[in-house]
Amino acid sequence: MKRLLILGATSDIARACAHRFAADGFSLVLAARKPDELDRDVKDLQIRYDIEVKTVPFDVLDMEQHRAFFQSLNPLPDGVLCAIGTMNGNEDAMSDPQKLKVILDTNLTGPAAILTLAAEAFRKRGSGFIIGISSVAGNRGRGTNYPYGSAKAGFTAFLSGLRNRLNKSGVQVITVLPGFVRTRMTENMDLPEKLTAEPDKVAADIFKGWKKGKSVIYTKGIWRLIMLIIQHIPEFIFKRMKL
Amino acid sequence: MSYQTKISGWGRFPVTETRENRIRKTDDIRTALAADGSILARGLGRSYGDASLAPEVLSMLPSNRMLAFNEKTGLLRCESGVSLDEILRTFVPRGWFLPVTPGTRFVTIGGAIASDVHGKNHHVAGSFCDHISSLKIMTADGKIKSCSPRKNTALFRASCGGNGLTGVIVEAGIRLIPVESAWIRQTTVKAANLDELTAQFEMHKTATYSVAWIDCLAGGDAMGRGILFAGEHAAKEEVKEKFPLVLKPGPMIPVPVSLPAFTLNPLTVRLFNNSYFNLAARKPGPSLVNYRSFFYPLDKVANWNRIYGSRGFVQYQFVLPESAGITGLRNILGEIVAAGTGSFLAVLKQFGKGNGNFLSFPMAGWTLALDFPEKPSVFQLLDRLDSQVSEMGGRIYLTKDSRMSAETFRTGYREKVNAFMKIKGETDPGNRFASLQSKRLEITP
Ligand SMILES: Cc1cc2nc3c(=O)[nH]c(=O)nc-3n(C[C@H](O)[C@H](O)[C@H](O)COP(=O)(O)OP(=O)(O)OC[C@H]3O[C@@H](n4cnc5c(N)ncnc54)[C@H](O)[C@@H]3O)c2cc1C
Ligand SMILES: NC(=O)c1ccc[n+]([C@@H]2O[C@H](COP(=O)([O-])OP(=O)(O)OC[C@H]3O[C@@H](n4cnc5c(N)ncnc54)[C@H](OP(=O)(O)O)[C@@H]3O)[C@@H](O)[C@H]2O)c1
Repeated sequence: MKRLLILGATSDIARACAHRFAADGFSLVLAARKPDELDRDVKDLQIRYDIEVKTVPFDVLDMEQHRAFFQSLNPLPDGVLCAIGTMNGNEDAMSDPQKLKVILDTNLTGPAAILTLAAEAFRKRGSGFIIGISSVAGNRGRGTNYPYGSAKAGFTAFLSGLRNRLNKSGVQVITVLPGFVRTRMTENMDLPEKLTAEPDKVAADIFKGWKKGKSVIYTKGIWRLIMLIIQHIPEFIFKRMKL
Repeated sequence: MSYQTKISGWGRFPVTETRENRIRKTDDIRTALAADGSILARGLGRSYGDASLAPEVLSMLPSNRMLAFNEKTGLLRCESGVSLDEILRTFVPRGWFLPVTPGTRFVTIGGAIASDVHGKNHHVAGSFCDHISSLKIMTADGKIKSCSPRKNTALFRASCGGNGLTGVIVEAGIRLIPVESAWIRQTTVKAANLDELTAQFEMHKTATYSVAWIDCLAGGDAMGRGILFAGEHAAKEEVKEKFPLVLKPGPMIPVPVSLPAFTLNPLTVRLFNNSYFNLAARKPGPSLVNYRSFFYPLDKVANWNRIYGSRGFVQYQFVLPESAGITGLRNILGEIVAAGTGSFLAVLKQFGKGNGNFLSFPMAGWTLALDFPEKPSVFQLLDRLDSQVSEMGGRIYLTKDSRMSAETFRTGYREKVNAFMKIKGETDPGNRFASLQSKRLEITP
């Protein structure tokens, strides 16, 4: 039986992904800070797809526990999807190093640490896949969002390097770069409708990309173009823009 | 936890600015209740008019978890944002079907309950809420109350068909029915006029499903010309498929942009003509059709509501009591045909007895539904039809309505309005739950 580990399973995007992969026959291990919040989702997934689902507690900031957590997974999953991320305190982090650290650790250090363990285990086995949800915010640092953006930039680079290193090992590494997604994270923001995806759409794109063996997935697709343009704005102009 | 957006019902008229809150767990509803102002639960927005519109809405779509299923009895307990489509996809392959279904599968359990929707089997199975074992509803005080036909009866009667005005339905138990296949044995009969058509309903009285399409362009002797569709769930032996319970996913045809306002529903013209004229060519007798084509012919075209153009349209559905007879139906149909502004196709159905839910629409008699483009002359026509319906003791379906007067509403729903208002006053004295419709109909201030 195929098995997928989802880190940050309470995320709206993760929840939608759980349904996609479950419909494909995957059993699920749902890891979250507050696994109790997933009780209803577990029942739902079991009823709909007749699969095994279990929850495990996991805090990405508790890095001492990562190894024990990963070793306790038995059997080793076929793949892992990491949806953990936060924008909380983004603004405060611009003046408070302690808060900056939490953002960097939640979006970069923590996910990179746990995925390192997964990568090693998959490499040794000679199979597996790693799906990391980063963000287009990492493609260029912006004045309003750079604590989160810089962490995502790091995470994108981490996934890219990992993919390169594991290229011949039978392990597939996928970088997901969503633009705007209508989730808990963006709930109080007024997002441009045409550029905003529903979590379902993101999950569908991820699933399709995984099936096709893609490396980098922009979702919605239009964001590839938008970021291409944004990345090519000369710095002397960019630095004066309000973004 | 909310954002600004524009919403409308399926008729795309009226459109309103709203703050939408996505409800993932019951605490999210409490958060919304803690702020000021009125709110309203919303499902998939398939009600046509303003029943699901308010300046602040709670989208129940993220609350779509199935919580328990009893393989022996078919009882499903789920959150209110689960759609009928999800239920069908999950349970038809296991041999279970919806006890009652409206003409689209893209509605939520919450919406189906709050409108107490009916299907083609109303005459034998009643409406949706007759198959609900119990409800959990969050009322204005932030408490979750259980109710059922036996417990907290008044709250149950008020909430079934209550258009979201008693609170937010968070969970429900629904009794699915066993089936052997995903197929329907369909019998189709042509009728040359209204007398023949109503006689056909009489002849198909014991059929599980029956409904008719009327050609609204036919006047004079041919008025009421139409087709009756009757259906039964097919047994597995009747179906030639290897897996009788499994359907291949059907294609979805999108209507990408709003068509200009003058295209008067060509879709229904096509639907009708295809069926009516094909019938002549085909040999008489029953045929097998899958449940999607039988129950949801319009679902094949995603966003078909756009074919009326950006101005939108109004759906009009009324019911006349048995006492009005076929004469009553003929008079109103005559007026619709003469005006010539309505859709090409009207849907006729014979209801069985109504239930005790205070604001439920069905009552024993004839019900007719059709759509009209949104324009002034149409509103005048509908006002005239309203008074005829009222005079004959009939009423208008709230989930389709965007324009009737408070008086028409009161006359139509009669003493049941008082029973509803009593519960509304007890459970929601501050009128926290209100819609554009409830204000127009003076159910809430
Ligand atoms: C093509 C088509 C065919 C149809 N055919 C039929 C038919 O054959 N028979 C029939 O009866 N109807 C029919 N309808 C109407 C439709 O079934 C109802 O309007 C139904 O209520 C829509 O459900 P929804 O989830 O879209 O709810 P919405 O339209 O979002 O809301 C409808 C009402 O339910 C309330 N509501 C929604 N969720 C909740 C909740 N969780 N708690 C409390 N209140 C809630 C809303 O406040 C609103 O008053 C049809 C509609 C279409 C578009
Ligand atoms: N929404 C967007 O517009 C958007 C755009 C681009 C990229 N993304 C990325 O998409 C991913 C999913 O986010 P989302 O949009 O679905 O938002 P979300 O619902 O807020 O998901 C964020 C998830 O991260 C988890 N998390 C936060 N800190 C954690 C920690 N210390 N340990 C373990 N889990 C932790 C949260 O768990 P709790 O439930 O315990 O808080 C939650 O499950 C994130 O990586 C996000 O950066 C989102």
